[in-house]
Amino acid sequence: MTMPGLSAAELARQHAAGATPATKTVEQAFARAAEVDAGPSGLNAILWHDRDAALGAAATVADLVRQGNQPGPLAGVPVVVKDNIATVTMPTTCGSRILEGYVSPFEATVVTRLRTAGAIIIGKTNMDEFAMGSSTENSAYGPTRNPLDPTRVPGGSSGGSAACVAAGIVRVALGSETGGSVRQPAAFCGIVGVKPTYGRVSRYGLVAFASSLDQVGVFGRSVEDAAIGLGAIAGRDRYDSTSADVPVDDYAATVSETLKGMVIGRPREYFPDSLDARIRERCDAAFDTFRQLGATVRDVSLPHTDLAIPTYYIIAPAEASSNLARFDGVRYGARAKAAAGLREMYAETRSQGFGREVTRRILLGTYVLSAGYYDAYYKKAQEVRALIANDFQKVFDSGVDVLFTPTAPTTAFPIGAKSDPYEMYLSDIFTATANLAGIPALSLPIGRVDGLPVGGQVMGRHFAEATLFRVAFALELALGMAAHR
Amino acid sequence: MGLVSVTEAEVRHVAALARLGLDPEQIPTMAAELNGILAHMEILSKVDTAALSAVTGIGTAGTPLRVDGGNQIPLARPREAFAPAMRDGFFLVPRLATHEDQEAESP
Repeated sequence: MTMPGLSAAELARQHAAGATPATKTVEQAFARAAEVDAGPSGLNAILWHDRDAALGAAATVADLVRQGNQPGPLAGVPVVVKDNIATVTMPTTCGSRILEGYVSPFEATVVTRLRTAGAIIIGKTNMDEFAMGSSTENSAYGPTRNPLDPTRVPGGSSGGSAACVAAGIVRVALGSETGGSVRQPAAFCGIVGVKPTYGRVSRYGLVAFASSLDQVGVFGRSVEDAAIGLGAIAGRDRYDSTSADVPVDDYAATVSETLKGMVIGRPREYFPDSLDARIRERCDAAFDTFRQLGATVRDVSLPHTDLAIPTYYIIAPAEASSNLARFDGVRYGARAKAAAGLREMYAETRSQGFGREVTRRILLGTYVLSAGYYDAYYKKAQEVRALIANDFQKVFDSGVDVLFTPTAPTTAFPIGAKSDPYEMYLSDIFTATANLAGIPALSLPIGRVDGLPVGGQVMGRHFAEATLFRVAFALELALGMAAHR
Repeated sequence: MGLVSVTEAEVRHVAALARLGLDPEQIPTMAAELNGILAHMEILSKVDTAALSAVTGIGTAGTPLRVDGGNQIPLARPREAFAPAMRDGFFLVPRLATHEDQEAESP
């Protein structure tokens, strides 16, 4: 059996109208997960699930409908959540041994908001340990496989969530972004992924990696699915002082068949000579479509783009080295046995609990913050970050509404293909800039190369998510769902 | 910034600061990997950010830093000055009613 080809909105409408019981849709999602083998022996996309709780929640939605209540915009829609987002009925391990068996005593605001919107959380998804990676190969629970080609990675670090959407288990999923961890897997899996503006979505209950960059993101099978998902979780939260008190637009209502009057920037630094010619062609075809839809395409420059990866890989590990200090065997998770003393217990717990990439980044972050190197690395990176943000500001101030670029320099690569850490870091070359600048960005499928999806990225001004969705809706409509998988 | 070269001693020092216990055979590999990564960061040293600091406030006065080392915080007064009773370096506290060991001493 396969999942019905209904959008999240259509599913919710059917459930709200009593035409289909939500329990049936949730059963179908679990059946699809079994069919594609989403567990450890197959795609390894879902780490934890709670079938009884999910069916119980779906029955509650059906009860609400029977009683004549409005069950919400995601009524009965099955959703999966990345394993670094706190849930109280399932573990939250961040893909790490150090948090094996950890169940949060509180729930993330985004999970509460999804449930309030009627969504049914059916499982927690695999990820690169503590979101450090671009392929979901760094999980302590083994790599996730790309449903389109199981010999390849789904991208990362939110690869499990992306794989669940691409495999047709769910229409909407939550991930998290620090440098591209939603957009890059969306591109690799042929689905839509959106990273909202820094502050657009509450991070209460999101396990911190790099606090000046982290943001919860949403995957959707279509632009509309992603828009409804983001609409359900966006907005100020009193539990997160970094969440912004800015009104939330009705993203799903921004559907437009025309882009008349819009100016779409083509930043030349995102189209270097070294870019795969076939990815460039797909982007050029998208620009042609934008012109046909009435938009103006303008060449622009973001001159500090080539500094983004060095800057990101100083700031993110520096913040991570501080944030991950809390995992010490006392406050959270597993503890090493039979250590000689307190310091030895800390060291043994952390060495046994953290994987290789996390260890490498903690060491890198501690190094760039240490005496003698702080100014040369961390302070300098913060200054360059400001230059990168200024580049975007100048382009948007010049009248450009959105920028369009490739999401990633390659399509999904084979599992195990990238052994050099910096080579892997370069997967984020087109995505880390938006995190450094705090602006919203979205990836949607724009075609295929050798049968593998290519993602196109739309970036916009702070809190202009509605504009991103308008552009993405129009492009998706024009390209047709054939651009999806 | 200059060309970086993270030594094995620096890896051990940083690991100690980060409370990570590395096996001795991991140290040379980690030093090589950190040097490989940091070599790519050299490009930042060539960027002129002089005009930026005054605008953004980054580093004008600098972030207050502590020395790299343990985080021992000296007490203003010796522990004995505010402890009602001590023995062998430990505070003695009143016995709780739930304690089962009736034979043990209490202050």
